[in-house]
Amino acid sequence: MNGTLVDPIHAILGLPLLAAAALTLMPSHRMAAKVNILAAFGTFLATTQLFLHRPEPTALVFIDDFNIYLVVLTAFVAFTSSMFSADYIQHEVDIGKLPPIYLRFYSAMFQLLTFSMLLALVSNNLGLMWVAVEAATLTTVVMVSVYRTREAIEAAWKYFILASVGIALALFGTILIYLAAQPVMGPSLEAMAWAAILPHAPQMAPELLNLAFVFLLVGYGTKVGLFPLHAWLPDAHSEGPTPISAVLSGLLLNVALYAVIRFKMLLAANGAALSPGPLMIAIGLTSLLFAAVMLYRRRDIKRLFAYSSIEHMGIVTFAFGMGGPLANFAGLLHMAMHSLTKSAIFFTVGHIAQVKGTQRMSEIGGLTASHPWLGWTFVIAVLAIAGLPPFGLFMSEFVLVTSTFARAPALAILLVLGLLVAFGAMVLRVQSLAFGAVVGPTEGNTVRLRLSLLPILVHLGLVLAAGLWLPAPLVAWFQAVARQLG
Amino acid sequence: MSPSLLGQLDYSAAHLFSAMVLLGSFAMIYQRRMVGMFNAFAFQAFALAAAAAWQAYIQEAHHLYVTAAMALLLKGLLIPFALRVIVRRLDIHRSIEVVIGIGVTMLVGIGLVALSALLVMPVTAGAAATTREDLALALSVVLIGLLIMISRRNAVTQVIGFMSMENGLILAVIGVAGMPLVVEMSVAFAVLVAFIIFGLFFFRIRERFDSLDVHYLETFRGERR
Repeated sequence: MNGTLVDPIHAILGLPLLAAAALTLMPSHRMAAKVNILAAFGTFLATTQLFLHRPEPTALVFIDDFNIYLVVLTAFVAFTSSMFSADYIQHEVDIGKLPPIYLRFYSAMFQLLTFSMLLALVSNNLGLMWVAVEAATLTTVVMVSVYRTREAIEAAWKYFILASVGIALALFGTILIYLAAQPVMGPSLEAMAWAAILPHAPQMAPELLNLAFVFLLVGYGTKVGLFPLHAWLPDAHSEGPTPISAVLSGLLLNVALYAVIRFKMLLAANGAALSPGPLMIAIGLTSLLFAAVMLYRRRDIKRLFAYSSIEHMGIVTFAFGMGGPLANFAGLLHMAMHSLTKSAIFFTVGHIAQVKGTQRMSEIGGLTASHPWLGWTFVIAVLAIAGLPPFGLFMSEFVLVTSTFARAPALAILLVLGLLVAFGAMVLRVQSLAFGAVVGPTEGNTVRLRLSLLPILVHLGLVLAAGLWLPAPLVAWFQAVARQLG
Repeated sequence: MSPSLLGQLDYSAAHLFSAMVLLGSFAMIYQRRMVGMFNAFAFQAFALAAAAAWQAYIQEAHHLYVTAAMALLLKGLLIPFALRVIVRRLDIHRSIEVVIGIGVTMLVGIGLVALSALLVMPVTAGAAATTREDLALALSVVLIGLLIMISRRNAVTQVIGFMSMENGLILAVIGVAGMPLVVEMSVAFAVLVAFIIFGLFFFRIRERFDSLDVHYLETFRGERR
């Protein structure tokens, strides 16, 4: 099937880059937001072409069963976030919270961020992936600081320093991987290409791989927000504009985790190297338990869901640490479901913060009474993220818990404990926020059919559909990837 | 000179330049004044440029000259100059507040060098001697950079700590023979560093927080208000 005129990869990477360049020239936010949506939609369409025509791997980029779904997911959530962002930012401008001059490069940065995330996902080269993750960090730092308040700059600076240290350590790990691959494959660009080094993994020096993996796990783990390297995450989420919180939680954490999993595959393929599983299980479980407890002490609504992201990244890391077809299946599904649900939650929270004029949870209450549409959507989204049936996250958590019980009951008990504690926090919060006495402004009662509500409904609809019925080809494909991950 | 002697020289000079980069790290720990720290950083950048140029020569890898030139011009000259301007414009204290005393930091630094050697030497048995020692020294520079970031409580010195960490990484990259994308990575790092310096200046962190002291950032650890 060579019906396409352009190589889809060129379109996927070229479109956001061109759009970013064009957007730097557009002074008006209203205009830029429209172009932003259009470009994001075009990129999403281009990624769907990958299903029809999968390009041959080159030395720098490649598409395989694993990254294809993350590429499509990333482009999709970037598209819906751009829709939400247009309305959200316009509202912030209208109420005078964001002077238009601060937004001069906002849309361009949004496209650059999309570009660097997609580049990190499709790159076949360890060095290129590292450069892409670094670029993604830089663009998000700029966006987190967009309000330029004291808190926003503090959050951006903290994120900047921690993430920079993280990616610096990841580079050292990358160098060590190359050093391990070089004697086997000779000094060439090939010795840094995923597709080429994976078959050679068994011949590599295991001690070198071990040392490299520790650096990579700590380095990229910082960007995943795993405990104890999570300190930047809640600040960056709560102080940045809400569309960026959605993209950070829904996409960027996944991209960093994707890198960790790739390296884990490399170690797993080398029989003599230390097994990466227990390390990831320990870190994942600690993150889950820590974040679950921390959920109770939050007072800021965006911080609450930032901690919930740490919790879910912990679950996914745990799942891939367990390995095996079932746990990997759960991990892959959880990544996708979390991405959709968490971005929907941040979209909803963005609306709530705008109608109530605050992010403090003590000043928000009785949403279902004051804003029925928004309130009930919020309740549904929170139930979905808490892992209740019939939503997709329930399914992935269920598969993970049952498969863990079969293999390591002690770990499963800790996992269930973490899930329950987090669930309790969510129920507690949703009670005070959505039900009970109305706190805060009640105007804006009638929901205008805004562009920014559509993404929430689409995301939640997809999560619900996945929870009720996963199409058989999709299941088969998820299983194939799960086996490939080992 | 006989070929073996030449090989000896290749090795010794490479070793010397890498060691000078590490020496730069220790010189940074030792400073009590901001300007002294800038000078130590510039010295490290010069040493790094020499190391990169020497590796370019012995490996016959001409792209490494680009890395060397970037280290020399950007990190040796431009960045120390920019930092001086920032310190003057933002009127930052010229002395460095140390969290951990200089003596203790030096001892920890020595410990980190030993740790790097113990970590890297056994696992790289298969690699060339130049690469192994270069990598061990590079890891020490990276770890000492981290140590500077932790033990010097001030945003400018933290940035310098980060940049010296980055020098360590570049040292590691140039020592691994035939590593592809070295120039691309140094460019990516240069962009990162440029952003950090720009951020320091642009956000006028001093103006916002009354001090560039990152200690103030710690007040914002919990919830707002």
